[in-house]
Amino acid sequence: MKCDGIPSGCAISGMISETGRRVDGRAVMKSIACMHDRSNGLGGGFAAYGIYPERKDQYAFHMMYDDFEAKEATEEFFKEAFNVDKDEPIPVHRENGIHNPPVLWRYFLEVPENKLRFISERDYVMKTVMELNSSSERAFVASSGKNMGAFKGVGYPEDIGKFYKLEDYRAYIWTSHGRFPTNTPGWWGGAHPFTLLDWSVVHNGEISSYGINRRYLEMFGYRLELRTDTEAIAYLFDLLMRRHRIPLEQAVMALASPFWKNIDRMEPEQRKIATAIRQVYGSALLNGPFSILIGHSRGIIGLNDRIKLRPMTAARKDDMLYMASEESAIRTIAPDPDKVWSPKAGTPIIGILDDGVE
Amino acid sequence: MKIDAKDMQHRQLNMTIRDAVESGNTGLELDNVNGQRYIGGGMDGDVKITINGTPGNDLGSFMNGTEIIVNANAQDGIANTMNDGRIIIHGSVGDIIGYGMRGGKLYIKGNVGYRVGIHMKEYEDKVPVIIAGGTAGDFFGEYMAGGIMILLGLGSDNGVVGDYVGTGMHGGVIYIRGEVDPRDLGKEVAALEPGEDDMKLIVPLLKEYCGCFGFDFDEVMSRGFTKLVPLSHRPYGEMYVY
Repeated sequence: MKCDGIPSGCAISGMISETGRRVDGRAVMKSIACMHDRSNGLGGGFAAYGIYPERKDQYAFHMMYDDFEAKEATEEFFKEAFNVDKDEPIPVHRENGIHNPPVLWRYFLEVPENKLRFISERDYVMKTVMELNSSSERAFVASSGKNMGAFKGVGYPEDIGKFYKLEDYRAYIWTSHGRFPTNTPGWWGGAHPFTLLDWSVVHNGEISSYGINRRYLEMFGYRLELRTDTEAIAYLFDLLMRRHRIPLEQAVMALASPFWKNIDRMEPEQRKIATAIRQVYGSALLNGPFSILIGHSRGIIGLNDRIKLRPMTAARKDDMLYMASEESAIRTIAPDPDKVWSPKAGTPIIGILDDGVE
Repeated sequence: MKIDAKDMQHRQLNMTIRDAVESGNTGLELDNVNGQRYIGGGMDGDVKITINGTPGNDLGSFMNGTEIIVNANAQDGIANTMNDGRIIIHGSVGDIIGYGMRGGKLYIKGNVGYRVGIHMKEYEDKVPVIIAGGTAGDFFGEYMAGGIMILLGLGSDNGVVGDYVGTGMHGGVIYIRGEVDPRDLGKEVAALEPGEDDMKLIVPLLKEYCGCFGFDFDEVMSRGFTKLVPLSHRPYGEMYVY
């Protein structure tokens, strides 16, 4: 599955129904297809939240295997590490433009209580994902969250969406990505979204601080094995927001820090916080151009780098929040939005599920 | 002549436009445009294209004399390396508009994004003009080498323009209606008060601009302007010389 350097911008689109209305995958596929020319067929993918309501308390592992041997070995590992409640092939249908897909299988897992004597459940699952991705060259975790899943591969995103039959899934959050790899290989595990637990990231741009971010993340037990810079963003959100319990506003301040000259202009209290965040989390700073969409169990976050080197447009219509690389990608599914705007550099756009949504 | 652009790929749409112009049409109205790139790219001649819908990136790139009117917002890279003609947008636009622009006019009713007029340039009578009615993002006039940019900030009391205005600017002139916070200026620009010659330059342009959108010219002129010019024509000439 791993391959070497294919020389090669990107498209992202995402949406959330804040009232928790679940919509099928046709809208997000139509939106990302509108930006076909931003991709080159070397990667497409989607993250969907709210798709497994009948199993919402189990970890849904989407796996990619090179062959059935790798599958067998991984299943032995799963039996040891989890209670496997159900496993099944991820339904696909062969679509023009999708070649040599890996074996795609999903598992609904529970963590046995005896594993949790010294570690929290989610830390345990995170460690398991790291172990799986680093121990085999032929088995990769595409996603590992609850009531969510990643559907990705090599191809144009609209073809990948049809391949995975996304019209059959209903989700309250969708994100999508069309890839145009420039620095790293186009392979199935390297397609976006990159995920860990409930986090998913689709990214247009490149993280030139990848080396620093990677070494920093490795100190906290993350292993970066997927050969693409975006992976680091998913793990940074997990580290900052889940493990260090930093509120979103400050996590964003670490990843897309205000410049020192702007920190000098802040009110004293705010200046203290911003200075502390930059000092403590200097190694989490994401340098380089990016526009990203982060999905998580309760919502969606859109973020640009500090000087907006990649495009992003947002729109609202009734209960829906849309974000995409181009306005046309929103208008193709929401022709008459209530509000359209361009987010400012380094300022997050936040969509959150209403409290009552399960 | 009307063209329905619904679900058309950009190549197909642009070929249809070129064919229509070659067969003698001088007025084209494109309906249901959504995201198609390069509309008006490289076109010249006395042609007027009206676009209903949101055109894709690089609208009017390398354009050499056509007029484009967009009755919606537009995206990134408008007037990329445009040489002549006029583009009128009845909405807001994205980033890097007027990239390397070297002639013609780009009039925007609403807000403009980041890096407007980056690398814009002029030569003799080829002087590109960008006027925007709303606010602008950071890096307005970055590396600007020539031409005229005017930002009005209508309906906005402060923060008309973003940070790093005119960073790397070494030619041309920027006029911003109202005050500009000196901390937002790039190191390579000086803020001046416009004089009589400046007014002679911008009044006809602003009259033309107001006419396009039905803005009240007197209201536009009711506030003063800040003029920004480069401090040097070679700001980085010494950069690699020690």
